[in-house]
Amino acid sequence: MQITVNGKPAVLPESSTAQELIQRLELSGKRIALEVNGTIVPRSTYHSHQFHEGDHVEVVHAIGGG
Amino acid sequence: MNTAIKSQDPLADVFTIAGRSYRARLLIGTGKYKDLEETRRAVEASGAEIVTVAIRRTNIGQHKDAPNLLEVLPPDRYTILPNTAGCYTAEDAVRTCRLARELLDGQALVKLEVLGDEKTLYPNVTETLKAAETLVGEDFQVMVYTSDDPLIAKRLEQIGCVAVMPLGAPIGSGLGIRNPYNILSIVENASVPILVDAGVGTASDAAIAMELGCDGVLMNTAVALARNPVLMAMAMQKAVAAGRQAYLAGRIPRKRFASASSPLDGKFF
Repeated sequence: MQITVNGKPAVLPESSTAQELIQRLELSGKRIALEVNGTIVPRSTYHSHQFHEGDHVEVVHAIGGG
Repeated sequence: MNTAIKSQDPLADVFTIAGRSYRARLLIGTGKYKDLEETRRAVEASGAEIVTVAIRRTNIGQHKDAPNLLEVLPPDRYTILPNTAGCYTAEDAVRTCRLARELLDGQALVKLEVLGDEKTLYPNVTETLKAAETLVGEDFQVMVYTSDDPLIAKRLEQIGCVAVMPLGAPIGSGLGIRNPYNILSIVENASVPILVDAGVGTASDAAIAMELGCDGVLMNTAVALARNPVLMAMAMQKAVAAGRQAYLAGRIPRKRFASASSPLDGKFF
């Protein structure tokens, strides 16, 4: 299954979950937020949220800014 | 004036945003510092209680163990104010705020800014109004960056923004408070806190904003790009406090001609 993560293509096993992606990106335990196809995926549902072919995923965090 | 407490006790002089009281009237941005350690030291020196952050993509595969901004500025110590910097449409700004709320465990407080063009970074007021309506409808507590137009400032308040933040001059310009009479009109008509956001170049600019009766000043570049950011942060804290005290104390009216300070009676010459 191919999806897009932060603008770059990524290949995941079928029915991968958000939690698996976060682990794979080594972001477990980090303060992040996740959006799939423009909709927020709450942290509490990472374990059950499954990706689909072509999903556009954004993973964001806080950085310095005014 | 909404929350101004006419008191000589600086500890009692607080202002309230979205139900939470703050003593520090200097709010500080965290962009453009050399590194996170300099950010931390400057924020600490400024005495700020509210600090702004930007929301951006994680650098996947990079700096895995690098410290995160929110580890250096923990949300249990500071009120973290996520901004929508870099957004040019209401849609992008709303999307950014939704991500920020998720990132900060449901925190509703956000700084809305929708920009018009890259050269001036002037606020796009029509998109700002649109975004503010959507965000207030979704129960966000919106501190909104806007132009120094008193009618638009009032409109944003009527929409339900919890603070209105007109620019003193373009973002990062350091030109100071270019239109003090408009800032004054905004302050006089407001029933939510008014903060000057953007344009401050040095300490006297911050003092002028406060002398006009603003509830606070938000700045970033003036501190971050000063030759010595930590020292400038200290100067800004004092300037904001001094301007506030001068506002509460009440300045003398301007007169065209002199008025002697020493008595004329008892002269022996």
